[in-house]
Amino acid sequence: MALLEVRDLAVTFGVGDSLTRAVDGISFAIEAGQSYGLVGESGCGKSTVLRAVSGLNPDWTGEILLDGQRLLPRRERAFYKLVQMVFQDPYGSLHPRHTVNAALMEPIIIHGLDDANGRIVRALDQVQLGPRFRFRYPHQLSGGQRQRVAIARALILEPKVLLLDEPTSALDVSIQAEVLNLLADIRRDNHLTFVLVSHDLAVVAHMCDRLGVMLKGRLVEELSVEQLQTGAVENAYTRHLLAASKGYDRRLAVRADDTDLAVRDDG
Amino acid sequence: MSETSPASPAAGAPMLAIEDLRVRFATPLGPVDAVRGISFTVGREKVGIVGESGSGKSMTGRSILRLTPKSATVTARRMAFEGLDLLGASEREMRAVRGRRISMILQDPKFSLNPVVRVGRQISEAFRVHHKASEKEARARALAMLEAVQIREPARVYDLYPHEVSGGMGQRIMIAMMLIPDPALLIADESTSALDVTVRMQVLAILDDLVSKRGLGLIFISHDLNLVATFCDRVLIMYAGRIVETCRAQDLANARHPYTRGLLDSLPRLGERRERLAVLERDPAWLEQEL
Repeated sequence: MALLEVRDLAVTFGVGDSLTRAVDGISFAIEAGQSYGLVGESGCGKSTVLRAVSGLNPDWTGEILLDGQRLLPRRERAFYKLVQMVFQDPYGSLHPRHTVNAALMEPIIIHGLDDANGRIVRALDQVQLGPRFRFRYPHQLSGGQRQRVAIARALILEPKVLLLDEPTSALDVSIQAEVLNLLADIRRDNHLTFVLVSHDLAVVAHMCDRLGVMLKGRLVEELSVEQLQTGAVENAYTRHLLAASKGYDRRLAVRADDTDLAVRDDG
Repeated sequence: MSETSPASPAAGAPMLAIEDLRVRFATPLGPVDAVRGISFTVGREKVGIVGESGSGKSMTGRSILRLTPKSATVTARRMAFEGLDLLGASEREMRAVRGRRISMILQDPKFSLNPVVRVGRQISEAFRVHHKASEKEARARALAMLEAVQIREPARVYDLYPHEVSGGMGQRIMIAMMLIPDPALLIADESTSALDVTVRMQVLAILDDLVSKRGLGLIFISHDLNLVATFCDRVLIMYAGRIVETCRAQDLANARHPYTRGLLDSLPRLGERRERLAVLERDPAWLEQEL
C-alpha cells in the first residue's frame, strides 16, 4: 500500500472571472521509501500540490491519504510528526532573531518531546553542522548552512515523509551538491519517503525514483527515472522540457505564445 | 584548441578591452577585494562569465558602466570601450555611454521596470533620452522594437502596466528598452535565470540573433555552466575575484582548472546516475596562483 496517495486533488484560487485552477485534478501514489519528483515550469501547480499535502493550504478538494488514512484539510498535531517540509528559500524560512537552537527547540516544545538537548545535538550532527552552530543566528550562516538548519528542523520530529520544495535552487552548484548528498544520506539512514518539487530535471533525475510532469495544474505524464535518463518519454511537453534542460538550442526557441500549441496532447 | 585565450573567428577587433581590473570595498573590517586583477576583451561575440556567488562576476559587469557602489574603488591599467577610457571619462561622458552604447539587462524585470508607467512609454522614453525624436516617432520605434523581441501584439502590450505582463514578457520588454538606443555592447547579468526554460530559450534566441545579425557584443554573466557552454562563444571562469580559466564555450567540458572541473563534477546530470555528487574541495592556492 502506498504511504502517501493523492486522488483527484484540485486547488482553485479566486472566484468568478478570476478563478484559477492551480491544481486541476491530479492523482499519484508513493510507496514507503520512494522518492517522487514533481517537475514543471512556474505556475504549473507543483508547489501548490505540496502545500495542500503539507496542510499549509486547507482549501482543496479530492483525497489525500497518508498510510491509508484520509487526511482532513485541517491537520492534527500527529500529522506533523509524520510529515515535514523544507522550503526553497533558506533566507526566508528561518526567523532572523531566533538562534539555531531556538528554531530547533520550537517543534520539540510544541510536541512536548523529551530529551530536547539530545535531539538537537543529534539533528545538528545529522546535517553535518555540529554543535558549534547551535547558538548562531541565521545571519551568521551561509545559504547552504541555513538550508542544513531547515533540514535539521524538519528531521527533529523524526518524520516518515519529507516534502522538499526546490530545496537547492537558491544555492550555488557546489553547495547544491553537498545538500543533495546530505538529503540522499538522510533518506537512506532514516528510511524516509521524499516528495521533491523542482524545475530542474537533472536534480530530479539524480534524487528520485519516479516523477510526475505537471503542466497547467495537470499531471501530463508519469515516468520512471530510467525513462527520463534514456529519453524514452511519450508526452510532447515532457520531451520539450527535457530538450530545453540540456542547454541552449536555437531550434527550441519557439515563440512563448506558441508553446501552448505544443503541449495540448495530455489527454 | 591549444591557445589559452581564443577569440571567436567572427569577433573582429575587440570593442572592449580590460586590463588588470580591480574592485575593492572599504568595510569596517578592512578592505575586501571583490575583483582582483582581471583582463579580457570583448568583440562582436558572446562572452560568458561564470562563477558562483561572490566570485566578482556581477561587480565586473557593473564596473564597466561605473555603476559600482560608493564604497567601491575601481582601478585598472586599462579599461577602454570604442577608444574611450572608461575610468578617466567624466560623469557626463559616462552618461552618453550608459544605455546609449553599453546597456545592461538585469535579472528581474519586476524590479527594473517602473510599476506606474505603461511599458511602451518606458521603451519610447529610453529612445528619446538618447535621440532627438517626436513622441510619435519614438512610439513607432518602440512598437517595432517590441515586434523585434517577438511580442505578438505590440500595440496591445504597449499600453500594459508592468504588473500585467508575465515574467518572460517583462524580460523581453526590458531587452526592447535596452536595445532601442542601439547600443554596441550588452551586459546581461543573470538575465534569463528567473525565466522558465521555454521562455528562457526564446530570450536567448533574441540575444543570439542580436550578436549574429546586428553585430553586438554580449557579456553574458551566469551561474549556469550548462547554459553558458551551449550558448556563448567564449567563457571566462571566475573564482574569488579572478579569472581562473578562459576557454571556448564548446570546450568547457574539457576545462582544466581544478575549480572548473570541480564545478562541472558537482552538477547532477540527466544522462547518468551517480551514487553521490562530487563535492568541490577548495584549494587555498587558487586564491593566489598567478595565471
